[in-house]
Amino acid sequence: MTEKETELRVSKIENGTVIDHVTAGEALRVLVILGIDGSEGQPVSVGMNVPSDRLGRKDVVKVEGMELSQEEVDVLSLLAPDATINIIRNYEVIEKSRVDRPESVVGVLTCPNTNCITNAGEPVETYFTVTDGGVQCRYCETIIREDITDHIEP
Amino acid sequence: MRHEHVISAKQFTRADIEAVLDRAADFAANQQDVADAHEGALLATAFFEPSTRTKMSFEAAIKRLGGDVIDMGPVEFSSVSKGETLADTLRVIEGYADAIVLRHPMEGSATMATEYVDVPLLNAGDGAGQHPTQTLLDLFTIREEVGLDDLTIGIMGDLKYGRTVHSLAQALTNFDTAQHFISPESLRLPRSVRYDLHEQGAKVREHEDFEAILSELDVLYVTRIQRERFPDEDEYKAVSGQYQLDKEMILEHNEDLTVLHPLPRVDEVAPGIDSLPGAKYFEQAHNGVPVRMALLDMLL
Repeated sequence: MTEKETELRVSKIENGTVIDHVTAGEALRVLVILGIDGSEGQPVSVGMNVPSDRLGRKDVVKVEGMELSQEEVDVLSLLAPDATINIIRNYEVIEKSRVDRPESVVGVLTCPNTNCITNAGEPVETYFTVTDGGVQCRYCETIIREDITDHIEP
Repeated sequence: MRHEHVISAKQFTRADIEAVLDRAADFAANQQDVADAHEGALLATAFFEPSTRTKMSFEAAIKRLGGDVIDMGPVEFSSVSKGETLADTLRVIEGYADAIVLRHPMEGSATMATEYVDVPLLNAGDGAGQHPTQTLLDLFTIREEVGLDDLTIGIMGDLKYGRTVHSLAQALTNFDTAQHFISPESLRLPRSVRYDLHEQGAKVREHEDFEAILSELDVLYVTRIQRERFPDEDEYKAVSGQYQLDKEMILEHNEDLTVLHPLPRVDEVAPGIDSLPGAKYFEQAHNGVPVRMALLDMLL
């Protein structure tokens, strides 16, 4: 099965975002990051473990009627560092970009350390520095390596 | 020193540390000669957790420099008990003093505080995070006793929650030091400190048993294993009993060992050790005054 055949399985979207080259198996977590659970009614297509020349296998997420914010792209980059983001308008790709690993993610993750000052009702936003293979809280220095998306602020 | 605030031992370079320790050595030799160096300076102490040594030595330090201290008082009598945030409390205190010493039970509180105050802020302990001014007096004591290079140090006890341990381990990476960490499995160094030591290329080994390595050490830094870290009393007793140092062990394995402890101790350093020449924990506590004098002198 070629990548081209895979593309044919999912209909094109008119306006929205195609997140391609997502790390295989991570598509559902990408949906979590984007806060998409289908309840808002927009068409969402997910391809998982699709053959890819570049990655071997990849996931693909297509979301009608949604463009990503920079904060969402920053967190996405932690989960899917090879992802490409295609902005679609009127069935055409009008912008294609790779995600860049950010130096920090601000106000997106909750610190898992319950004794961190960011969990104390103080006027402070969470701030995580991106390190090799994880993120580190600027305040209490807790490192998160696994399941980063479990810590996305609700 | 170029820093405005003293928050974490990670901020210290070797030159920073040596500058503070050199200044502290001057003050230790001539504490009486500097009585008007900072006349009129006011230091605010805001302690949200109990403290004896840290608080009193900061008070002694500012007074010996000719300044004075204003204290927030116990938390239950402060505006914090009315629900005021730490950020607001500190913004108010900032208007009353030339520098603030903060101790707070939550990790990262001092880092957050620096976002709200402009006067120098000194972290006197943030939860299980950092205690950098303790580290400077620890380093001062080690330098006085055995020197900071070619040092082999054992750090024993509650490495997971011990803020003095985290700060000391990180500061020692500025020197040619081999660090042995001795603790039960459940109280090993946290991942963040391990990561920093690895990044700094520190020479690190970990042990669960300490007697076997006593003979290799120049200094053993002992910390208290805290009862509240264990789910039940039996488990606490089983673990803490394995990390008790006594005089006979030192005489058998390493008579030259320097023993340090940030205090208070419970039973991890037996009183019999007090009479040995290497027992330096009370000098260590006393060194808090000249070291904090040096820090305040450089920040004010």
